[in-house]
Amino acid sequence: MTLAIIAVYMAAVLSIGAFSHRLFQGTGEDYFLATRSIGPFLLLMSLFGTNMTAFALLGASGEAYHAGIGVFGFMPAISGLVIPAIFFFVGTRAWAIGKRHGYVTQVQFFRDRWESDSLGLLLFVVLVGLVIPYLLIGVMAGGITLNQVTGGDVPEWIGGLVICLVVLTYVTYGGLRGTAWVNTFQTIVFMVLGAVTVFVVFRNMGGVGVVMSRIAAEAPELLVREGNFSPVRWLTYSLIPLSPAMFPHMFMHWLSARRLENFRLTVMVYPLCIAAVWLPPVLLGIAGRLDFPGLVGGQSNSILVQMITLHAPGVLAGLLGAGVFAAVMSSLDSQVLSLGTMFTEDIVRHYGHADRLTDRQQILSGRLFVVAILAFTYTLFLFSDRSIFDLATWSFTGFAALIPIAIGGLFWRRSTKQGATACVGTVVVLWSYFFYQGWGDRTYTVGGSGVMAVAVILAASSVAMIVVSLLTHPPDDEHVNRFIVPPAG
Amino acid sequence: MSGSRLKLYGLLALLYVLHNDWWLWNDARLRFGLPMGLLYHLAYMGATAVVMYVLVTQAWPHHLEIDDSGDHQ
Repeated sequence: MTLAIIAVYMAAVLSIGAFSHRLFQGTGEDYFLATRSIGPFLLLMSLFGTNMTAFALLGASGEAYHAGIGVFGFMPAISGLVIPAIFFFVGTRAWAIGKRHGYVTQVQFFRDRWESDSLGLLLFVVLVGLVIPYLLIGVMAGGITLNQVTGGDVPEWIGGLVICLVVLTYVTYGGLRGTAWVNTFQTIVFMVLGAVTVFVVFRNMGGVGVVMSRIAAEAPELLVREGNFSPVRWLTYSLIPLSPAMFPHMFMHWLSARRLENFRLTVMVYPLCIAAVWLPPVLLGIAGRLDFPGLVGGQSNSILVQMITLHAPGVLAGLLGAGVFAAVMSSLDSQVLSLGTMFTEDIVRHYGHADRLTDRQQILSGRLFVVAILAFTYTLFLFSDRSIFDLATWSFTGFAALIPIAIGGLFWRRSTKQGATACVGTVVVLWSYFFYQGWGDRTYTVGGSGVMAVAVILAASSVAMIVVSLLTHPPDDEHVNRFIVPPAG
Repeated sequence: MSGSRLKLYGLLALLYVLHNDWWLWNDARLRFGLPMGLLYHLAYMGATAVVMYVLVTQAWPHHLEIDDSGDHQ
């Protein structure tokens, strides 16, 4: 029964992707940006669905299982402030510049902004490299979910493979329009099913008050942050939500908006949407300590699915399993599409292959690149046992530390290509160093000080951007005027 | 930049500071069935939504709007 429900859900997702293909106008801009035609509601749902991943559901519940209620304040609460602020300050400007110059990817913007091909190529490699761990958590979540909701009958490698194939299929058919439609459907599915799950599970356990009273008696450390989070780690982790400012898939969704006004709804309701999506997995992760005590490390990634199968077997388990799939695929699709778009625009077209290939052949090259990246990610998945929360944090650390080039490119007239290159280079070197140092340590902080690596890397990349820009020749005023819109009065 | 805009940006900064509720760090009391730390951050997110609403209605960057010809409106 569970498998049948998930199969029906997958068929529904594929149908939406296929239906959106009927509106395809046959151009690159339509495939990659839905001809910049997305309205306010679709923009909200696609931006939100894209940002809510396996990290929010399986990662949050798995982390709450170990660290308790603090997980809610640690990530979603600060994200509810920082991410809409990014949309307000960075997203709106990126949209305006992108529309004025006809950009499709962020590499195009940065390359033109500082007139540097080498910076564009460096950014392409770095952004693709940082998206891969992000893809990996989606594939892992697909494997875990299918394995758990079927009681272990379906091995994890099949779940991971299924999710790769379904996403690849509807992204290939539907492009950004299909992705936005499917994301809207999936975001509604996982928001509704998340609320239903909490209601059903907690009713089964006697209510929220009863569960929390039992936690207070059996695992009181989960109700406080003392011992689970150091104040310094808490403070420095709040830099992680800066990462969407540099997500390639987020940039593409910004550019797909028809009008600037369409951002308004997203900025206003984003904090409430985050609260609605993160609260259920955090509560279920804590409650999981009562039913499944003794899980170690990454084993807790599956606590959400285990709670569902224990308390809501049968049809509901299938539906809720589909809800987890919805959250996973609504991110994976945008990431996959953005990688294909970047390869087509930033490599194939930019380096002169546009004359030799038709529009459809160029898009096909992007799709083949995506297949190669997904195959690589899937291979990593087969040999990886890292925590979803941990992997996502490293990916977000890299993106967040790159934010000086977004700020510099959109707001700082004096920034130079040498400054931007120094900033990216600093991130590459320091991120690699800290990733190597923190490998295998779920609670790694710099030198055991409580300071998250993101704080050090971001500070260094900001200094590199500022100092090197000031030491190098200022860019031409007329050129800069094309990219920086004067502030409102 | 207008004074009202600056005040709104100041509100964002204040919210960032208020996220660090270190005075509730070790508070395990339950209110309405929920632990204090969780309840605080739920209220915090409600307050954030209110500030975002004010930001969008009072300080929207209309000057960035671009029509289909690519010109600023």
